[in-house]
Amino acid sequence: MAGIPHDHYEPKTGIEKWLHKRLPIVALAYDTLMIPTPKNLNWMWIWGIVLTFCLALQIITGIVLVMHYTPHVDLAFASVEHIMRDVNGGFALRYLHANGASLFFVAVYLHIFRGLFYGSYKAPREVTWIIGMLIYLMMMATGFLGYVLPWGQMSFWGATVITGLFGAIPGVGEPLQAWLLGGPAVDNATLNRFFSLHYLLPFVIAGLVAVHIWAFHTTGNNNPTGVEVRRTSKEEAKKDTVPFFPYFVIKDLFALAVIMVIFFAIVGFMPNYLGHPDNYIEANPLATPAHIVPEWYFLPFYAILRAFTADVWVVQLVNFLSFGIIDAKFFGVLAMFGAIAIMALAPWLDTSSVRSGKYRPMFKWWFYLLCVDFMVLMWVGAMPTDFPYDWISLIASAYWFAYFLVILPLLGVIEKPLPQPATIEEDFKAHYPHAAE
Amino acid sequence: MFRKIAISAVSALGLMTGAAFAAGSEGHVEDVAFSFEGPFGTFDKNQLQRGLQVFTEVCSGCHGMKFVPIRTLADEGGPELPADQVRAYAASLDSVVLPDGTERPREWTDKFPVRSGEGMGPDLSLMAKARAGFHGPYGTGINQLINGIGGPEYIVSVLSGYTGEEKVEAGTTFYENHAFPGGWISMPPPLSDDQVTYADGHPATVHHMAEDVAAFMMWTAEPKLMARKHMGFVAVTFLIILSVLLYLTNKRLWAGIKGKKSAA
Repeated sequence: MAGIPHDHYEPKTGIEKWLHKRLPIVALAYDTLMIPTPKNLNWMWIWGIVLTFCLALQIITGIVLVMHYTPHVDLAFASVEHIMRDVNGGFALRYLHANGASLFFVAVYLHIFRGLFYGSYKAPREVTWIIGMLIYLMMMATGFLGYVLPWGQMSFWGATVITGLFGAIPGVGEPLQAWLLGGPAVDNATLNRFFSLHYLLPFVIAGLVAVHIWAFHTTGNNNPTGVEVRRTSKEEAKKDTVPFFPYFVIKDLFALAVIMVIFFAIVGFMPNYLGHPDNYIEANPLATPAHIVPEWYFLPFYAILRAFTADVWVVQLVNFLSFGIIDAKFFGVLAMFGAIAIMALAPWLDTSSVRSGKYRPMFKWWFYLLCVDFMVLMWVGAMPTDFPYDWISLIASAYWFAYFLVILPLLGVIEKPLPQPATIEEDFKAHYPHAAE
Repeated sequence: MFRKIAISAVSALGLMTGAAFAAGSEGHVEDVAFSFEGPFGTFDKNQLQRGLQVFTEVCSGCHGMKFVPIRTLADEGGPELPADQVRAYAASLDSVVLPDGTERPREWTDKFPVRSGEGMGPDLSLMAKARAGFHGPYGTGINQLINGIGGPEYIVSVLSGYTGEEKVEAGTTFYENHAFPGGWISMPPPLSDDQVTYADGHPATVHHMAEDVAAFMMWTAEPKLMARKHMGFVAVTFLIILSVLLYLTNKRLWAGIKGKKSAA
C-alpha cells in the first residue's frame, strides 16, 4: 500500500512464501492492521471503530431477525410480535437492531462533525470524504427502509410521506413515486421491495466502507493538528506515528466498551425511549396519526424540508423565475437533498489552507454555531410548523446553507490563522514532555 | 479528553430525545409508581393476576388481545398462573371458529380472542406501549427520560379520568374524560367501585382496578420485560469490568510512548 513509509510483511516460513506468491492476503491484512497512525489522535478519532461495530451488529442481528420476519402487509406486524414473544432472545435481537440504528447515527454524526472541525475533508482526502457521504446517504436510505418493515402506523405513514417527496419532482414525479411504491399507494408491493432493499443496502455500505478505509490508508489519517506525517524517510515517519495495532486497537476498544455500557443500558432499561409509541399500532391506511414524525436522526433534514413554505420570499422568487416549475414542495425537497450535497462539496467550498480548526480562530466559532444549528434543526424538526417554529426552522436552515456556501469560502480569505506545529512529533511532545523518541 | 467524550455522549443523548412528542391538546396524565419501573423494577405477579381478572370480567367484553398467546400466562416473569388453571381459563374463553365454520374449544396454545366490529374497542395487546403518558417539555423528551414513556400511566388516567359529563354527536355518545386527548372519548366509563371481587381481598376501587389492569397490559405489551432488564444488568456489569480492564491495558500500553512512569 502506498503512503507513509513503514515495514512491510515479509513471508518467512516455506508455507508463507508459497501463499504469498499466489495470494498476498496475509500481507494485505498485516499492512492494514500495522498502518502507521499519527500518535496524537484524540478521542474524536474513535468513531470509525464504533461505526464498524454498528455495521457488523446490524448485519448480524438483521440476518437472524429475517429468519423470523414475514414481509407481508397482513403478517409483518404479527411476525414482529412473534419475534418479541416466541423467538428465543427475540426481544433482545429486535431491540439491539432498532437501537443499533440510533447508535449508528449518533456515531456517524460525531464522525462527520469531527471531520468538519479538523478539516479531514481537505486535500488529499476528498475521495475519503465523498465516499463517507455516500455511506451516510446509504445509511439514511437503509434506516428509512428498515423503519417501514415492522408495519406500524409510523412505518406506513412515514413511507407515505417520504415517497411523496419524489412525487414533488415536476413531470416525472408521479410515475416515479408509483414506480418506487410498486403501485398507486404504499401497499404489499412496497413492503416487499423495501424489505429486499433493506437487506441489500447494508452490503453496499460494507463495500463502500472497504473503499473508505482503502482511501484513507492511502492518504494516511488526518490528525488534530492537521499537519501531515513526514514521509521522507521511515525514521522520520516513525517519530510521528505508532502502528495501528496494538496502540489504537486497544484505545478504540476501550472507547467502544464505554459506549457499549451506555448502549446496553438503553437496550436493557429503556429500549422504546427513542422510538415512537404509534409504531406499536398496526398500520392502518384509513387512520392518519395526529403527528407524523420521522426518527430522530432524520429530523435536521426533515426540518429543512419543511422550512421552505410557499410564503417564504426565496421560494416565491424561485417559483417566479422557474415559471412555476419549482413550487414550494419541490423547493423543500431540493433544499433537503441540497443540505446533504453541500456537505459533500465542503472540500472545494473551504478556501483556507489551514486544515485543523484548532488553528483557525474565526472558523472555530462558526463551526460551534453549526453544531448548535444542527441541534436546533433536530429539535425544531419534531415541533409543529406554526409560529415561532416556522421562523426558527427557516433561520436554522438558512445558517446551514450559509455556513457552507458563504462562511467557509470567505473565512479562507479574511481569517488570519494561528501558527501550527511543524511536525506531529512537536505537538505530541508539547503534551507529553517526557515522550520517548 | 474524557470530558469531551462525556459531553458528546450527553449531547448525543439529548439530541436523540428529539424523537418527537409534539403534543396537540393532551390530557392530564398522573404519574403512578408501578413496581416494574426503573432498571430493577419487576412485575408484581399478584397485581398481574388481579389485572387479568379485571381484563377478563370487564375489558374483554369489547377488547381483544390477538397477539398474546394464552399459554404465556404461565410463563416466568408474568402472572405465573399454574398450568392447569391456564388450561381451564383458555377453555372458558370464546371458542375458536375454524375455516370450515365449525367451532372447537379454545386451547391454551391459542391466542386471546379478537374483538372487532360495531361498538368494539381497539386491540389491547400492545396498548401500554402504543400510548405515551408524558411528553416534552418543548419536544425535548426530558420528561420521558425521567418518568418513563407513561403508557400504563395513561391507561390508569383514562380509566379513572371520567367526569360524568356526556354529549351526543352525530348519533354517538361521547363521555368527558380529562386524560383523553381532546377531552371526549366514545368508551363509556368501564369501571365502578367493587365491580370485581378480588380473591386476595385487595380493595377494588376504580383506581386500584385501573392500576392492576394497566400493569397487566404492560405485561401483555412487554412480556419479556424482566428478562430484558436482567440481560441489561448482566451486560452493563460485564461491560463496565471490560472497560476498566481495557482502560488499564491502554494506559500501560501507551505509557512507553507518552514517557510516563508506569512504563516500567
